[in-house]
Amino acid sequence: MAIDKATVLRIAKLARIEVADEATDGLADELNAIMAWVEQLSEVDTEGVEPMTSVVDITPPLRSDTVEAVAPRDDILANAPNAEDGFFVVPKVVE
Amino acid sequence: MSALTDLTIAGARAALEKRECSARELAEAHIAAAEAARHLNAFVAETFDLALGQADASDKRLAAGEGGLLEGMPLAIKDLYCTKGVHSAACSHILDGFKPPYESTVTANLWREGAVMLGKTNMDEFAMGSANVTSYYGNVINPWQREGDNKPLVPGGSSGGSAAAVAARIALAATGTDTGGSIRQPAAFCGLVGLKPTYGRCSRWGIIAFASSLDQAGPLTRSVEDAALMLQVMASYDAKDSTSVDVPVPDYAAALSGEVKGLRVGVPAEYRLDGMPEEIEALWRQGIDWYRDAGAEIVDISLPHTKYSLPTYYIVAPAECSSNLARYDGVRYGLREEDSDLTQMYERTRAKGFGAEVQRRIMIGTYVLSAGYYDAYYLKAQKLRTLIARDFQQAWEKVDVVLTPTAPSAAFAIGEKMDDPIAMYLNDVFTVPASMAGLPGISVPAGLSAEGLPLGLQLIGQPFDEARMLNAARFMEIAADFTARPVGASGGAA
Repeated sequence: MAIDKATVLRIAKLARIEVADEATDGLADELNAIMAWVEQLSEVDTEGVEPMTSVVDITPPLRSDTVEAVAPRDDILANAPNAEDGFFVVPKVVE
Repeated sequence: MSALTDLTIAGARAALEKRECSARELAEAHIAAAEAARHLNAFVAETFDLALGQADASDKRLAAGEGGLLEGMPLAIKDLYCTKGVHSAACSHILDGFKPPYESTVTANLWREGAVMLGKTNMDEFAMGSANVTSYYGNVINPWQREGDNKPLVPGGSSGGSAAAVAARIALAATGTDTGGSIRQPAAFCGLVGLKPTYGRCSRWGIIAFASSLDQAGPLTRSVEDAALMLQVMASYDAKDSTSVDVPVPDYAAALSGEVKGLRVGVPAEYRLDGMPEEIEALWRQGIDWYRDAGAEIVDISLPHTKYSLPTYYIVAPAECSSNLARYDGVRYGLREEDSDLTQMYERTRAKGFGAEVQRRIMIGTYVLSAGYYDAYYLKAQKLRTLIARDFQQAWEKVDVVLTPTAPSAAFAIGEKMDDPIAMYLNDVFTVPASMAGLPGISVPAGLSAEGLPLGLQLIGQPFDEARMLNAARFMEIAADFTARPVGASGGAA
């Protein structure tokens, strides 16, 4: 199934990446070329094969559910493009 | 004694022990070499003052007889590792100005053993690339050149700055990360030893994530012994990484006898590609002969799903990348393109902050995970991954290690393979299968191309069997006796 312009815009919306209208044709071509190449996987019969969920054979460990300090709040906020009064600042989302 | 920048880690440790030089002199020599080689663009952040402070501290500990395993060793650290208070941007515009308030586990292990940080190295943006041409900070130039041609070549990628730094003798060794070949392929392109450990051997905590089920830390060095010493320190069990595996870290350097009599070396038929350059084939045959002549048993094996590894990778890795990179939203760190609307702010920030290749992979990943396509692509790829891993499991019943070429070509010129993403992806055709199966792999410089460029051979080992793989690599290092050095190395060509 070919990726058309509308699909590119839908994927871009899902990925939260702004795509200029004039870039969509080029992107559709690139994505189609890559998807056509991965399509060769369909020739492999994978009926009854378990999907791999972990590449190493381990049981995920459990840890105790305790609060631990990773870094002081202000150190973390120091990297924020906009912070105020101990909070991250974002554009207004609630009217 | 040779120039301080020409030493291996093992040699530099001996020189410090015998008081032939100080850690400060070692650091100063590498800083001077780095300053003289800035045109390579290997570093995106230099931390020379920090290095000198660490070196002075090393000299004190050495004087007190308290030196660690890597005491005073000047290293280059890939920009993907979070280093506390120091530039850590994955060479992406979107992480502009980010200085982590914490230290990655692997780098913390290195500093605990006395290593010295020269700076953060250039890389493909978020480790997505095979030529170090997607970095926000510009291309890296390979210190190697073709004979009679000074056209700048790529160092490979994604750990291209790390590879260039070690090859140019401006760092004794470097850290890299390998998702589909990002340590092994640049090692081959730059005439170095590059080691990707078993998935779970080194902690991923504090390493900026690309594809979490594949990413693994490892060293780039100028000798197999140095790779063993670096892995010794980088490897650890870490409760902060739930995929870290709690198995003992053996003494890797102690296993390096170079003796391979009786070793069963597998040669997979499926790694013979149509159109592969004859000199790569010839080098591979040479490698097989070295092992056979030394009494190893050469076993022809089949890894039938090899050809599906790369397309499987280009579903799994973009899917995981699209998920991991969702965190870059202009709110908590890095770049932000202001807008009065929150969604617009996200979209504009991500459009401006991510480069073309990263955007392409996020889009592919978003597509293959989207409703209606998940089963056809992602689930299918996970099943293929099971089959690829099973191929190796069956091979391990017959062989101890697998021998293959590392890359299908020598280093190419900057600008080549840029128009077609798939042509670029094919660089990793020999390295991706081991990544898909979580296995350790190592590239060893084994010869020169007709144009005088280094070529590597790869050994793939059994899970957590790095010691045996390293010993097989040590044998190949002795057999190949690779002594060529790049024209761009400090001190010039030999």
